[in-house]
Amino acid sequence: MSFPILSSILLAPVLGVLIILFIPQKEDKVIKIVAALATGLTVILSLIAYAYYDQSIGGLQFVEHIPWIDELGVAYGLGVDGISLPLVLLTAIVIFTGVFASWGLEKRVKEFFIFLLALVAGVFGVFLTTDLFFFYLFFEIAVIPMYILIGVWGSTNKEYSAMKLTIYLLVGSAFALIVIIAVYLYTGLGTFDIQTLTQQTYDIGFQKFAFLLLMVGFGFLVPMWPLHTWSPDGHVAAPTAVSMLHAGVLMKLGGYGLIRAGIFIFPEGAKFWAPVIAILCIVNVVYGAMVAMAQKDLKFVIGYSSVSHMGYVLLGVASLNTLSISGAVAQMFAHGIMTALFFALVGNVYNKAHTRMIADFGGLAHQMPRIAAGFVIAGLASLGLPGLVNFVAEFAIFVGSFRVYPVLTILAISGIVITAVYVLRVVQNVFFGPRNPKWDGLEDVRGIELVPIVILCGVLLFLGFFPSLLMELINNGVDPFVQQYLTTPKVGGMF
Amino acid sequence: MIESIGIKYIWLVPLAPLLAFILITFLFKRFQLLSALTAIFSMVVSFILTFDILRVILTGHEITMNTPVEIAVPWLNINGLYIEMGALIDPLTAGMLFVVTFISLLIMIYSVGYMHGDPGFSRFFSYLALFVFSMLGLVIANNYFQMFVFWELVGLSSYLLIGFYFYKDSAAQANKKAFITNRVADFGFMIGVIILFLYFGTFNFLELAEGISASTDLAFLTLAGILVFIGPIGKSGQFPLHVWLPDAMEGPTPVSALIHAATMVAAGVFLLARGFVLFASASATITFIAYLGGFTAFFAATIAITQRDFKRILAFSTLSQLGYMVMAIGLGSLTAGMFHLTTHAFFKALMFLCAGSVIHALHKQDIFEMGGVFKKMKITGTTMVIGGLAIAGIPPFAGFWSKDEILLVAKTNGFTFLYVLASITAFLTAFYMFRLIFLAFFGEKRSDYHAHESPLTMTIPLMILAVFSIFGGLIGAPFLEHGFAYYVYFGEPHHPHPDYLIMGSSTLIAAAGIFLAWLVYIKKAISAEKIANQFAPLYKFLYNKWYIDEIYQWFFNKVVLSISALLNWCDRNIVDGIAHGIAWLIRTTGAKGRYIHTGSLQTYGLVIFAAVVVIVLFLAGPVVGGVQ
Repeated sequence: MSFPILSSILLAPVLGVLIILFIPQKEDKVIKIVAALATGLTVILSLIAYAYYDQSIGGLQFVEHIPWIDELGVAYGLGVDGISLPLVLLTAIVIFTGVFASWGLEKRVKEFFIFLLALVAGVFGVFLTTDLFFFYLFFEIAVIPMYILIGVWGSTNKEYSAMKLTIYLLVGSAFALIVIIAVYLYTGLGTFDIQTLTQQTYDIGFQKFAFLLLMVGFGFLVPMWPLHTWSPDGHVAAPTAVSMLHAGVLMKLGGYGLIRAGIFIFPEGAKFWAPVIAILCIVNVVYGAMVAMAQKDLKFVIGYSSVSHMGYVLLGVASLNTLSISGAVAQMFAHGIMTALFFALVGNVYNKAHTRMIADFGGLAHQMPRIAAGFVIAGLASLGLPGLVNFVAEFAIFVGSFRVYPVLTILAISGIVITAVYVLRVVQNVFFGPRNPKWDGLEDVRGIELVPIVILCGVLLFLGFFPSLLMELINNGVDPFVQQYLTTPKVGGMF
Repeated sequence: MIESIGIKYIWLVPLAPLLAFILITFLFKRFQLLSALTAIFSMVVSFILTFDILRVILTGHEITMNTPVEIAVPWLNINGLYIEMGALIDPLTAGMLFVVTFISLLIMIYSVGYMHGDPGFSRFFSYLALFVFSMLGLVIANNYFQMFVFWELVGLSSYLLIGFYFYKDSAAQANKKAFITNRVADFGFMIGVIILFLYFGTFNFLELAEGISASTDLAFLTLAGILVFIGPIGKSGQFPLHVWLPDAMEGPTPVSALIHAATMVAAGVFLLARGFVLFASASATITFIAYLGGFTAFFAATIAITQRDFKRILAFSTLSQLGYMVMAIGLGSLTAGMFHLTTHAFFKALMFLCAGSVIHALHKQDIFEMGGVFKKMKITGTTMVIGGLAIAGIPPFAGFWSKDEILLVAKTNGFTFLYVLASITAFLTAFYMFRLIFLAFFGEKRSDYHAHESPLTMTIPLMILAVFSIFGGLIGAPFLEHGFAYYVYFGEPHHPHPDYLIMGSSTLIAAAGIFLAWLVYIKKAISAEKIANQFAPLYKFLYNKWYIDEIYQWFFNKVVLSISALLNWCDRNIVDGIAHGIAWLIRTTGAKGRYIHTGSLQTYGLVIFAAVVVIVLFLAGPVVGGVQ
């Protein structure tokens, strides 16, 4: 057996936790360095996995499989394909930059990083595992630290938001759990292995039932309108690194689950419910963007913009073809990087100015030109400007979904106009205009604070110019499934 | 293969300025002169390569509109979405490349003087380089996707440059307006590109041209043509999406000259020429283009005669001239549209640079506060008059030839109404332009200013452009055997025959406009104020730009923002309210059972979870039960 690279990715943050446990509280610099090293390791390992993933073979690679509870058929199984690998890479990049975005943290540093790394281990697990049981388990592992991180280190209504977020996510996962148990019982194969379950056939009634529950359950996570109200509150309350991870990665678990467990296991159910997703996702896109326009708090703007942008992911999912689903996965990656960048920037401003109210600012580009440049880049990514990876993802979704839902796609494309309006208004009101002496004391980002901004901007631009590096891998993962399960009916009865 | 360094290294044409942008942004920012020289050097490289391409086309006669050279590399290829980045080289590309590189080079040289002492000097040159990269990428594009990508990037450069003085509220307002207006247009353009791709399976111009020629689906072609045309409506400032261009004058004047007069705004016209086969395939589309262009030309000219700001008058003039170009293409003459684009680039860039020279010296923009500037600024004044004569259409200046060709097309193709409208517009053009020239440069000094001629880095570009404004039109003069029409055409070249009736009448019309301006503003035989008072409602209507901005502002403030606020309220109170209601219901139920009194999260979660399980098992009973 070759080097267990995926287990290493999963265990790197756990190792970080173990080391930090033994570092005294007052050595907060050392704790941060350990966290940076542990997450930096995940970036390197993910890049190695990317480099060595063989697209000519495709499918799950770097597979590890260790039986665990034999009686139940639960196994510790890891593997990545073109769908999960980009999301693993996304997680690694976001958490690595998130650690640097938390460099200025002073309150209970040790506990913060322990929970943060535990959280990210859970997130990695969800993307890496090939077993539905573990999929659920890892998700729960991610949610609990999230609750504590927001409740303790958050701001603005943090107890309420933490509670709300946790309940919504738990309820969502409960729906998924029902399907996990139901499908386990239904097949009677005694396995939770996703690949095995995907290859089975299910009768149409069961598919409709199972997909509906997954749609609602993962709909909480994505979040799909009207299950979204936890997310802006959660974003706003969370500390910077948690917002980054949460909006950047955790929301993607919903889209990922919907594709991996929803569409590919229950394709007929997906076809039945897809129009509902398609309609709701347009509400996400347009309504989310319109509500974002009305916000006064910077983090709320970004929170609602996420609701709007995740609508594109859902549109790609609902259109059920290779191009649209590939676009959806790419959009998850692109949005993750972009929104992490937004939160890193806003977090930085908030730490220094102690306000996030748009009306309090103006002319901030004088004092913080680098923050302004970063914000403009994130904003341009958000409004889908070519040259940034988000554009390619959105374009693929639009082309893919236009065939299926022409009218809804046109409505979705109108989102790029509304996004431009609210993004540029924020840029104008916060960064442009005459110099405001009130903020003369603010220092622009420098030194270590620059790390997240440079990396995240770099990724957006690099993949914006060379999108095939990302898109071909994703397409390689999505296409076989679509060819196999969505082009021909996959129905079968047990009886 | 044709031997040409320019064609072999065509990639460098856009990439040289991109490299300059990167170098300036990340390395040279602190060294102002080095930044400027880097940008200028990159332009020299692009210009030389372009010149070589032009040489091959003019001397070789091998590359024609119907036998272009195409070079491309795949950029993205997933599941049928095949996208290339490439170069399509034909006389249309070469002509446009020449215009862009030549004027960019001159304007960069000019900017060394104009931007001298500005704290953002290096930033200015980096943005300019970014713009030129985007524009050249657009010009060489061999497919609609690439065109769209660079179309958006020129929009970005325009946004950055309009907002160059970001500390001015008006500039920050203007660049946002420009971007959003263009976004509205690009919304249509993007849908057009997508449906073209889905229908024909390609973005490539040449392949699409074949497909479109063979297609008989008129309804589709009309729809696609109109949707794609929405892009140029925004970018080339056609009514009703013209509102951003006058405000874009908040940018530094060299930017107004380069981007908002000579090159970027002409990208829409260029797209109409490049995709001509699509627009020409449906008579409804092409007629719509012609009338919209004609109307814009007239509409903008009526506004220009009332404005007071030097640059804004030029901006409305640009809108009007862009209307001419769009109309020309709509009338079916790619040649006339592109010819006017070329001559306009020379004389409008010239006039904007003159404006910059005057503003640089006087620090004023209101022409009613100027007067007599000619005495202090002989070079600027002379070149400005040359520009004015060119745009008015006095022979043999550049604008005369190109405008006449448009009039000729309108007449020969039987669009009498547009012919008359264009002639009226020509009269208005001559009038407002010489109103500007007489008020600013001649007559008595009307306010306290100190003027001096600008430095040589600024006046040399003026003189070069003046030469082109005088003689540039001769390349398309009907007396020339192998003129502009011999190279740039659609289908077959149509050699224009001199129509002395049109030449004579248009010259008279232009002269009449100038004469009227002279009567009003120099001779003062007619009082402008009296007329304005007499027709006060009309004057106010024109001065306020037909109140289009006010209508949009009202729509945005009252409609869009209200909907936004309403939805926000719904989100907080209805959507979230229901969620709270459910939570309350569960809590109350739980409290009755004295379970959830603790308020602990786990208990809440458990209750919700249990409830969901029960409901679902109840619903799913038959299915799951069947397995046992």
